[in-house]
Amino acid sequence: MWAIWKREVQAYFYQPIAYVLISLSFLVLSIYYTFGTIAGRYAEMNTLLSNIIFILTFIIPILTMRILTEDRKSGTEVMLVTSPVEVYEIVIGKYLASLTVFLVIYVLTFTYPIIIAALGGKMEIPMLLGGYLAFLLIGMSFIAVGVFASSLTENQIVAAIIGFVILLVIHLVDPIANYVGGVLAKILGIFSLLSRYEDLNSGILDITSIIYYLSFTAVFLFLTTRVIDKRRWSQG
Amino acid sequence: MIEIQNLTKHYGEIKAIEDVTFTVEKGEILGFLGPNGAGKTTTMNIITGYIPSTSGTVKVSGYDIMDQPREVKKRIGYMPEHPPLYLDMTVKDYLDFSASLKEVDKKTWKSQKNDIMELVKITHVQHRLIRNLSKGYRQRVGLAQALVGAPEVLILDEPTVGLDPKQIIEIRKLIKALGKSHTIILSSHILPEVSAVCERVVIINKGKIVAVDTPEQLSKNLVDYSKFTITIAGPDKKVKELLQQVYGIIEIEVQNKIRENEFSYIVEADKEVDVRKPIFHKLAEHGYPILELKSLSMSLEEIFLQLTTEEKEVN
Repeated sequence: MWAIWKREVQAYFYQPIAYVLISLSFLVLSIYYTFGTIAGRYAEMNTLLSNIIFILTFIIPILTMRILTEDRKSGTEVMLVTSPVEVYEIVIGKYLASLTVFLVIYVLTFTYPIIIAALGGKMEIPMLLGGYLAFLLIGMSFIAVGVFASSLTENQIVAAIIGFVILLVIHLVDPIANYVGGVLAKILGIFSLLSRYEDLNSGILDITSIIYYLSFTAVFLFLTTRVIDKRRWSQG
Repeated sequence: MIEIQNLTKHYGEIKAIEDVTFTVEKGEILGFLGPNGAGKTTTMNIITGYIPSTSGTVKVSGYDIMDQPREVKKRIGYMPEHPPLYLDMTVKDYLDFSASLKEVDKKTWKSQKNDIMELVKITHVQHRLIRNLSKGYRQRVGLAQALVGAPEVLILDEPTVGLDPKQIIEIRKLIKALGKSHTIILSSHILPEVSAVCERVVIINKGKIVAVDTPEQLSKNLVDYSKFTITIAGPDKKVKELLQQVYGIIEIEVQNKIRENEFSYIVEADKEVDVRKPIFHKLAEHGYPILELKSLSMSLEEIFLQLTTEEKEVN
C-alpha cells in the first residue's frame, strides 16, 4: 500500500499536474483572500473556506482523473493486481497519494490566518478550527468520489467529467430537496455533503457530521474496489 | 509445483478456455503453445491471479490461487505480453517500486538488485526513463520486474514478441539460463521458440488442450509411418524395383536427380519395422551404394499445423 502511495505521489510531481493544480488553486484562493478577506478587513476565514468547495469541485476531478485510468491503459494494473497486495490496498494507496497533493494545498492555506493574525486581526479559534476541519473532510470526500470516477473508465478526460458530474449533483442535492420537500427531501438530505459542511464551518462541531464524511469516503472507496473486482471477473 | 485442474473461463456465452488441466514440475521449462486467441493469456492471467476462473483450480506450491492468493502471488513473477511499465519512472526507481510492492525486504533487495540488472543486461540504462528505452530494453525491464524477489515460478507471456532476431536469441538464452533456478511457463505462438527453450510442451487450441508432451515425443507420436530420404547411386528404375521388394516399405518416390545415375528418394515405411538394414543389404547385393540415408521426423511446426487444423487428439 505504501509502495503504491509513494509511487503515485512521485508520479504527481514527475509530471506538471501537481504543480499546476497546487499553484492554480493557491492563486485562485489568494485572489479570494486578498480581495475578499483582507480588502474587506474581515478577521475570519470561514467565508473564504465556504467558497473553497466551489474550487474543489473543479480541482479534485482533475487531481484524481489519472489515478486509476492510467494503470488500465498502460497495463500496469496487471502488475499491481498480481502482486501480493489486496485490491483495497491498491485503492487506498492511490487515494492517499491524491490526498497528499490535496494536503499540500491545504497546508498552504494556513498562511492566510497567519497573515490575519500578524496584521493584528482577532479570530475566533473554534470557528477557525471548525472551518479547517470541514475543509479537510470535504476534501477527503471529494477525492474519494474522484478516485471512484477514475475506476470507471480508462480515459482520463471521461474520468474527470464523471467526477465533476457527481460533485455537481452533490451541489444540487440541497436545492432539489428544498423544492420537492417531504420524505424525498429527507432521503436526499442523506447525500447532502454541503449542509453538513456549512454546519461545521459555522463552528457547530457535530460528531455525526465527522462520521458522515468518513463513511462517505469509505463507501466510495469500497465501491471503487468493487468496480475493479467486477471488471476482473468479466474481462479476458 | 504448479497444478492446474479443469480450469474453465466463460465470458457470457464465450468459452475462453475449457477444462484445461496440466502440471508443471519444479525446475521445468514448460512451453505453452497455441495460435493467437487460443486462451494462453487467459490461462496465464488466471494462474497469476489477475482474473478469476469460472471453475477449476490452480495450485502453486500447494497454495490455491482463490483461497490464498497472497501466498501464490508471492511465489510468481509474471511478465505479461505487454510489459507493465510506468513510463515516467527510471529503470532503477521502477524496480525499487516493484520490490517494495512485492514486499521484498530492503536488505535482500539491495543484494538482489544489481544481480538482476546484470542478468538481463540493463545496468547501464538504470538511470534512464523507461519512456526513452527501445522495445528490446523495455522487454528486459519487464523481465527484470518478474525476477524481483526471486520468485520460484516465472510466467512469461510471449516474451519475445516484437523483438528483432538478435534480441530474440538473447532473451531465449536468458530464459534457458533462468530455467536452472526457476520453474517457468512460457507462452508462444512461435514453434521454434518453444522447441528451442522448452522441455515439455502444452498445445492449446480454441481454449482446449490438444497435446502435452516433450517436443521429441510429440514428433514421434504423431508420425504414423517413418519417412526417410535416401540418395543412391544407380539407375532409378532398377533401384525402385529393388526397394519395393524390401519388407515394410510402403511407398517410394524419386525426389530428384542429383546427377547421372544418382537419385534421391523419399521412402515411407511401416513404423513398426526398421527398414534401414534390409535396404542396405538389398542394395549392396546388387552393387548400388547408399550415399546418404536420413530419417525425416516431423517437425513440431507440422505437428502444430496438424494439431490445430485437424484438431487431432493425441492423449
